[in-house]
Amino acid sequence: MDLKNTVLHGEHTRLNALMAPFAGWNMPIHYGSIIEEAKFTRVSAAAFDISHMGEFFVTEDPARSTLDEAITNPVLKMKEKTCRYGFLLNANGTVMDDLIVYRLAPDKWMIVVNASNIERDAKAISSVLSKDTFFMDASDATVKIDLQGPKAMEVMKKIAGDGIKKLKYFTFDIFSVLGQDSVISRTGYTGELGYEIYVSRDTGLELWKKLLEDPLVKPAGLGARDILRLEAGLPLYGDELTDSVTPLDAGMEKYIDFGKEFTGREALLRHKNNIKRMLTGLQIEGRRTPRHTNKVMAGGKEAGFVTSGVFSPHLNRGIGFMYLDRELITEGAQVTIALDKGEAKGSVITPPFIKNTSIRYQEA
Amino acid sequence: MEIKEGCFYSKEHEWVKIEGTSAKVGISDYAQHKLGDITYVDLPKTGKEVKQFEILTGIESVKAASDIYSPLTGKVIAINSALESAPELVNKSPFDEGWIAQLAITDPAETANLMDAAAYKAYLDSLEG
Repeated sequence: MDLKNTVLHGEHTRLNALMAPFAGWNMPIHYGSIIEEAKFTRVSAAAFDISHMGEFFVTEDPARSTLDEAITNPVLKMKEKTCRYGFLLNANGTVMDDLIVYRLAPDKWMIVVNASNIERDAKAISSVLSKDTFFMDASDATVKIDLQGPKAMEVMKKIAGDGIKKLKYFTFDIFSVLGQDSVISRTGYTGELGYEIYVSRDTGLELWKKLLEDPLVKPAGLGARDILRLEAGLPLYGDELTDSVTPLDAGMEKYIDFGKEFTGREALLRHKNNIKRMLTGLQIEGRRTPRHTNKVMAGGKEAGFVTSGVFSPHLNRGIGFMYLDRELITEGAQVTIALDKGEAKGSVITPPFIKNTSIRYQEA
Repeated sequence: MEIKEGCFYSKEHEWVKIEGTSAKVGISDYAQHKLGDITYVDLPKTGKEVKQFEILTGIESVKAASDIYSPLTGKVIAINSALESAPELVNKSPFDEGWIAQLAITDPAETANLMDAAAYKAYLDSLEG
């Protein structure tokens, strides 16, 4: 399959990025050092090209909403200009995708989905929507740039104006970005103060250049993004969330509103008392890295598997997520990880791994 | 890409520098570049004996865990313990501060199985060709 390039591809090449395939896209992994980029994000601000992700727009009469039945997010209870995390489920309750919904207006929503799932998500959601509902996949027309880090507000004020400081965590608004009205949300995937910026293809290139002109900003790739999201205890579709697990196995019941209809609801209710393994955090004693599919042993027996892991440059140790036999999940419980080469001792820890970040910072 | 004169190189991108009856071992600039940020070096135990091209120890980067093969037969007489807390020295200074182990060697003639700097450069060119 031919890889797709984002609008910013020329810029990544110019910056000597290491490019690699990700979800059908040719994406920047790093611009020199994954670890330096991860560290820089936690002290200043990093710009990420996230244009591969998908954006859908839905317009329908809220009195006869069908979107509300398609996904777990309570789209009718959401206030305007807020964001909400949730899931698109298969009928058997397993996760087809995790997504964020933006309520643009009483009758209008934007849904942000993972790149690898754009086509099947669009199909699954539109199959539930009524004929009168307007649905549009705007993924190809949208450039998404994430700006993340404690200095992100200072940077964004110069681009979107002082109003940006009023945005609270998991809210958004429309701002003029280089003369174009654009959605900017106070969200992200790093555990830091930051923004996700949705612009047209034309504005995207200009915005990227303008962000990188700021001495507070450096580009960061998907390698750093993976470290940052893991340190922040955030799951990744394909690793922690898959077609084989439900949000209940992943310990994410708080994002499910059982007070409304949604695809997979009955299956989840049936599964509730039948959960054998659950997702939990893993910290390694020392600098070795647990990796995707490594077996987890406890008391000499196989007790789970690692879904993803990284070396955390902020904790100077390996960290990760694992599915572990439910009865073994207690803070500090000892496990042994069968690594690709050798093994490592580790223990159960409740994420996030990094606390006291800038994520909820609000200017007085 | 730096290729240091006076070192011998293996096809697996280890370098060795002979100083009398001992030899320092590390990984080449090319190798550290390919591996990306080094996060862990499993330092071998002093006294460990190893034959040419056998596994000397392991190294881990943001990408993967890899083996390091011994470019010569010998016995580990010193290790670079600075790498325990600062494995990134392998990235920053692969030929100097990032050396991994020092071996007491018995057969310098084994260098015939290795490449000198010029041959290693040609080898890298062929890989990147």
